[in-house]
Amino acid sequence: MSGSALLSLDRLAVTLPGGVPVIHDATLHVEPGEIVGIAGESGSGKSLTAAALLNLLPAGSRVTGGATFAGEDLLGLDRAGWRRIRGAGISMVFQDPTAALHPMLPIGRQLTEHMRRHLGLSRSDARARAVELLDQVRIPDPQRTLRSYPHQFSGGMRQRVAIAIALACRPKLLIADEPTTALDVTVQAGILALLSRLRDETGLSVLFITHDLGVLSALTSRTYVFYAGRVMETGPTGALLSTPRHPYTAALLGARPHGAAGVGSLRPIPGSPVVPGQAPPGCPFAPRCDFATADCTSAPPEPAPIGTDRLSACPVAPELEVTP
Amino acid sequence: MSEPTMTEPPTAVDLADRRVRKPLARRSWLRRLRGTSAGHPLWRQPLTVVSVTILVAWLLIAALAPLIAPYDPLAQHAATYLPPSGAHPFGTDELGRDILSRLVYGARLSIPLALVIVALALAVGGVLGLVAGYLGRFVDEALMRLTDLVFAFPQIILAMAVSAAFGPSTRNAVLALVIVSWPVYARVIRSAVLTVRGEDYLHAARLLGVGPIRALRRDVVPNSVGPAVVLATLELGNAVLMLAALSFLGLGPRPPAPEWGAMIALGSHDLSKWWVSVFPGLAILTVVLAFNILGDALRDRIDPRYAKGRET
Amino acid sequence: MTATTTAAAGTRPAARRPRVPNLVRFLGKRVAITIGLLWGVTVVTFALVHVVPGDAATANLSEQALNDPAVVAAYRAKWGLDQPIWQQYLHYLGNLLHGDLGTSQQTGRPVLTDLVQYVPATLELAVPSMILALVVGTAVGMLAAVRHGRASDQVVRVGSLLGLSTPPFWLSLVVLYLFFYLLGVSPSGGRLSPQFAPPPSVTGMYTVDAALAGQWAAAWDAVQHLVLPVLVLTCLTVATLIRFVRSAMLEVLQQDYIRAAYAKGLPTRTVLGRHLLRAGLVPVITVSGLAFASLLSGTVLVENIFGWPGLGQYAFRSATGLDLPSILGVSLFVALVYTGVNLLVDLLYGLIDPRIRLS
Repeated sequence: MSGSALLSLDRLAVTLPGGVPVIHDATLHVEPGEIVGIAGESGSGKSLTAAALLNLLPAGSRVTGGATFAGEDLLGLDRAGWRRIRGAGISMVFQDPTAALHPMLPIGRQLTEHMRRHLGLSRSDARARAVELLDQVRIPDPQRTLRSYPHQFSGGMRQRVAIAIALACRPKLLIADEPTTALDVTVQAGILALLSRLRDETGLSVLFITHDLGVLSALTSRTYVFYAGRVMETGPTGALLSTPRHPYTAALLGARPHGAAGVGSLRPIPGSPVVPGQAPPGCPFAPRCDFATADCTSAPPEPAPIGTDRLSACPVAPELEVTP
Repeated sequence: MSEPTMTEPPTAVDLADRRVRKPLARRSWLRRLRGTSAGHPLWRQPLTVVSVTILVAWLLIAALAPLIAPYDPLAQHAATYLPPSGAHPFGTDELGRDILSRLVYGARLSIPLALVIVALALAVGGVLGLVAGYLGRFVDEALMRLTDLVFAFPQIILAMAVSAAFGPSTRNAVLALVIVSWPVYARVIRSAVLTVRGEDYLHAARLLGVGPIRALRRDVVPNSVGPAVVLATLELGNAVLMLAALSFLGLGPRPPAPEWGAMIALGSHDLSKWWVSVFPGLAILTVVLAFNILGDALRDRIDPRYAKGRET
Repeated sequence: MTATTTAAAGTRPAARRPRVPNLVRFLGKRVAITIGLLWGVTVVTFALVHVVPGDAATANLSEQALNDPAVVAAYRAKWGLDQPIWQQYLHYLGNLLHGDLGTSQQTGRPVLTDLVQYVPATLELAVPSMILALVVGTAVGMLAAVRHGRASDQVVRVGSLLGLSTPPFWLSLVVLYLFFYLLGVSPSGGRLSPQFAPPPSVTGMYTVDAALAGQWAAAWDAVQHLVLPVLVLTCLTVATLIRFVRSAMLEVLQQDYIRAAYAKGLPTRTVLGRHLLRAGLVPVITVSGLAFASLLSGTVLVENIFGWPGLGQYAFRSATGLDLPSILGVSLFVALVYTGVNLLVDLLYGLIDPRIRLS
């Protein structure tokens, strides 16, 4: 399946400087024109995965395994190679548009500087394309916007600007790292619709990172659930959310496995998330899991297929029944 | 959105909780010193160890000066301007006094005087800063204008004017340096008080009927200790420097006191006798550098704003 | 598309408030503050000089003259020291409002004349030192921040602490010993070698004046006299700047917009030179006002050693001579520079950071 994939990660592992392992054996693929979700709590390594895909990890981090983008081995890239990929191949939208836009540079500058470099556009061509882009992300009065500064816009508008910047060099893959978390709910919907429309219009692939499972069902075709730097479960978003095959996913959904009482009643997950570098030897979720057996604590379970298109890293997955 | 959302800290509840709990963290600057949170403990950083060693060495030298100094610091030997030799490792000055002995006794002036200057300035500035920060309004405004006024004079010129006006002496030099340095403390303490004052728990304290004096003692003072300690350490170095500068200009301890700045001045008459100036300068340099490194390390520890960069 | 319209409704049209009235109000306020500050300086200086036991007579007259009451009385009468303090003060203030700073008891000349002579000499030292310190401080501080935690960062850190801990007067002597006494490549002090006459005064700065008059040899000689004192003053100032720039830049480097700039595929030099520098410059500008003040302090000591006839030397002689009109003149001038520099800082601030609309 990874032969045609736009992005495929094969047992990607990341160790931060100081020897703290943060991502283990992450295997993941994104097809052209597909919107894929990564779900996880903070500290689950989802944002670090995104950083690894753009070589934005702290200096001294170690990345092993395989990462291929459009047939190119990402891990073998030199500085010039990364400059080529960043922005033009893979681009990124950050969580907080207020922090991700430079407060002291006019929007026009931020929108055109990488276009001129990547696409070799002249100043006026770049500005023309900038106007087009602002139009595409539905920002009124693009000409004036180019002369404005980020603080003159609302949060939702800033995120639209950030998306325009990310799309400027026609990347094939957009990594959206919690792009709606910092926004109002009504504004969120607009951003999600925008991403969906951009995919339909331009064939853009999106890797959508979030902690909000509700957002996923509306937008993504497939979802990877991360916990403590490992992929716990993956599958089509709809099926994954309706019939979770991993106790962690189930716990996230707040449903009671073996559903006894109270349908849909929220239930906090007992215990607290794993601190990076202090993961137990076995399944990282075992200490918080109702189903953990002695096997779970010896070695991390390998993701195993469930049906045709799903994987779950849990030995009890086949028997797991969840009443949502 | 009705869909379940994962536990994404910090939630609003967390933040509120943290704010309420803050008074408990009043000893946190001490805990940070022990290095339980980020990085190595203070005594595992080589630079800090070196600086503390230097300071301890100087304190010992000051304490044991009569045992260490080979000669009487004021005794005039027959030979003037002797270059460094076995008998006089740092040479002799224009009156034939042994420079090493004078350096050793000089530690008895510079270091204690710097401590006195900082202690007095901290007391004056600290009290004024506390009062201004706590009372606010007119008192605060008046005090801030006064600090502006002092800041508008270049430190050394004001100190010079004060000690010249009162007549050059050790006491007046100390007085002058206290007068020019208290505003820094007042500002720092005031802003520490203001951060605390703005916080919810002080309102809560008021609601609970905690009086201003008790609130001051319980919340404000402990929260100001960290910044004050950092500032005082850094200012100790500055006090040594400024005192030396005043004595260099002839406005410090009267001759023949072996003050380091005054000793440097003796060497400025004749450049060829380099040892007269160089050794006292190195003495000042080592003491001030040690204070600065220590203050720097303390600040990295205590003031979270400066520690930020170190965590990644 | 409902979603888009909701979001669009949240846009604030780029607000452009009228700037000129704001600026006028801002400047008006600053001028008022400055006048208040200058008034405060006169009060403090007057009070200071009068609470002390001695006065200009005891400081300036010889022992023999002091034993003769008639001489002392005449001296006091000449300088108005026999009048009550408040009368002296009002008299001074009245003259000040007419632009008369009084007459220096040390030089016997109007204080204003003295200032016109000594200030340019000091500026000739202070301005190049400040520019050098800003350039070097920004560059080195940025380098240290970018190389945070590596060996070069440590070297910069220790180096700047060393600079901060070195007594400036000692450093002056050391460089004089090295470059004048040992190597003989530098003059021993002063502004000009004896074989040159001071150039016709236009700006009061010998280098500029000599160049304007076409006296290239004299200009070159003046530059050579500048090198060592400027070097010492730069070392003194650059240490503080480096430390400040480093921590400011470290803060900026943590920002998402720096990561976003890298994520756009911009080369490092663009990210650092444009995105980092632009944001890091704001705190640098803020601190440079303070740095200039400490630099002026440094000139007192440095001028003393290099025999530089500037404001620092003048201030020193005035202070030790309890020469009230000169002390006041120097203090007022320095306070004026202090507020002027701060005003400049605030204006630059607004220029660089669009979020600040001078309020």
